[in-house]
Amino acid sequence: MSELAGDIVVKARGLVKKFKDFHAVDGLDLTIERGMIYGFLGPNGSGKTTAMRMLTGLLTPTEGTVEVLGLSVPKDAETLKYKIGYMTQAFSLYGDLTVQENLNFMATIYGLPSSKRKQRIGEVMERYSLTELKNRFAGKMSGGQRQRLALATAVLHEPQLLFLDEPTSAVDPESRRHFWEQLFDLVDGGTSIVVTTHFMDEAERCHKIAIMEAGKKRADGAPNDLMAAMGANVVEIEGPNLRDIRRHLLGTRGIMAAAQLGARLRVLVTDDVPDPADFLKERPETDGATLIEQVRPNLEDVFVTATGEGRQ
Amino acid sequence: MIRPLSRISAIFFKELAQLRRDRMTFGMVIMIPLIQLILFGYAINTNVRDIPIAVVDHSQTGLSRTLIQIVEATTVVEVTERLVSVQEAEEAIRSARVRAAFILPDDLSQRIARSPAVGLGTPPSTDEETSRPVAQWIVDGSDTMIAGAIKGLRSMPLDELFRQAPNRSTPTFEVALFFNPEQRTAINIVPGLVGIILTMTMIMFTSAAIVRERERGNMEMLINTPVRPIELMIGKIIPYIFIGLLQAVIVLGLGHALFNVPFGNQMLDLFVGTLLFIGASLSLGLVLSTIAKSQLQATQMTVFVLLPSILLSGFMFPYEGMPVIAQYIAEVFPATHFMRMIRGFVLRDATLLDLYRDVIWMFGFFIIGMLIAALRFKKKLD
Repeated sequence: MSELAGDIVVKARGLVKKFKDFHAVDGLDLTIERGMIYGFLGPNGSGKTTAMRMLTGLLTPTEGTVEVLGLSVPKDAETLKYKIGYMTQAFSLYGDLTVQENLNFMATIYGLPSSKRKQRIGEVMERYSLTELKNRFAGKMSGGQRQRLALATAVLHEPQLLFLDEPTSAVDPESRRHFWEQLFDLVDGGTSIVVTTHFMDEAERCHKIAIMEAGKKRADGAPNDLMAAMGANVVEIEGPNLRDIRRHLLGTRGIMAAAQLGARLRVLVTDDVPDPADFLKERPETDGATLIEQVRPNLEDVFVTATGEGRQ
Repeated sequence: MIRPLSRISAIFFKELAQLRRDRMTFGMVIMIPLIQLILFGYAINTNVRDIPIAVVDHSQTGLSRTLIQIVEATTVVEVTERLVSVQEAEEAIRSARVRAAFILPDDLSQRIARSPAVGLGTPPSTDEETSRPVAQWIVDGSDTMIAGAIKGLRSMPLDELFRQAPNRSTPTFEVALFFNPEQRTAINIVPGLVGIILTMTMIMFTSAAIVRERERGNMEMLINTPVRPIELMIGKIIPYIFIGLLQAVIVLGLGHALFNVPFGNQMLDLFVGTLLFIGASLSLGLVLSTIAKSQLQATQMTVFVLLPSILLSGFMFPYEGMPVIAQYIAEVFPATHFMRMIRGFVLRDATLLDLYRDVIWMFGFFIIGMLIAALRFKKKLD
């Protein structure tokens, strides 16, 4: 047991996972504190899911050590399973069982005493609006309904730590917003949450995030801190021929990246340039521009500066 | 102790709920034993009768016609064609219109007069034609059972040709047929069918059990729960134990009603023996299921195991007739042991103690199968 066990729920050092010659996760260090939502942000194939599976004991690390809730993983993975909840990326409950049967199955398999089982199933069905769907087959439900059922089963045994693997990839924006409200309710109740996502807006809601790319952690911290410390300023340009402007700007010293967002071109200028807006106005490429102004950075900018796109 | 039981019951009730919804599978559980018992109970018969034959009568006398009638009266053969030449008869056999041809030579009368089978007294030994047979059979000998039936006619007595009382000769040996004095095939087939049907359904059911979780995408969730592999295996086979017992009851009950096959007096032994066999077959299926990567592979492996286990079990072909190596292979399969057991219990009033070797083998097979399946099942994705 670690001396940090009280406040740290996940501690990983030098985590490596090799599949043959491919490094899915390559030297990951993690420290996740209790009572927060910690997000893994990264594109597909960046090692988010592999990292999460090593934390839950589903995959054995090739190298490195993992300690979750003070338990050494994968050695104590079976003990850990009572203390964590896990929501898989693809829906993995039984489609030919009803909502109630699925919940009953999970409650029994986690060994909830029969008196408590009923009460607890009633509670989660109520909280996740499943009461009216209780006799519906899980396979016949919509994406949002399945997601609520998956969350309900994951928290049925009141785990201290919840792992959610891309929980909102199959649901509509309305359900997504609602889902995140429920996650914050869980955190208020004392649960810690680890979540993977490739949505920027979701990552922005996390207390802390790790930006993943090619199996490596490129940056981590609170989203605001990351924005403040990203080493670049953001300038938006309006005007005609934005595509041409972008093509000419890329490769210029001081320009980190440029991306068109509708009628605007978002340009990342390294922070060794003192006045980035003026710097761009003086460039010949931006002659036709109608507006050039410095704006607040967002997480996507952080992502771009931290990953390969910004380091090309 | 509460938690393992709780987890096993969770798996058990889940399997039961899924099985209940699967109407097709549920129907097959009842229909397989029902249909196969009726079909095979009536169809499989090792007493060969009414083999279609051709007759080539070169003699064309009253004697030859009477001889043909006597041969037909045995009911072993039935004359379906009358041909004029041996060539035609061979052609009829080749084209499978008949299985044998009965050739009567033109000197039939002389041959019969000299034949010892007629019982007219022994002709002088100097007569060189004494030992010549009366007529000839040409037989499609590829099927040994049909060939055997016609060979049985080889030394049939011909006393009846001259309306004499049959010659009551004393047989060399006396044969007393125990357990099935009427020599009805169903007596041997029906108990064996319990073994065949259980082998088929039990292995088939469980060979898909684990791999189905994988194919339907439930595996990642399942291995994230605290369920232990052995608990998963036990929970999965319990519903099928009841199904197996139900099938055994259907086959034996219907076998009793339709074919008058006895239950024997060893009901408890019969129950325990069947339970052991169900357990052994289920654990074999589970092992296959942990090897298979898809349900199709599971089915292929099931067929691979099914055929030898049925054909070598002694169900249709006597175990003793197989070469020693095949006997060793047959001994591996639980079906062989069960075939011995159930025929013992039902037909010979044998007890578990009489068949303790088979009991030990099946019990060991069950335990080792369960352990292998549990050890092969890894709660890991790598």
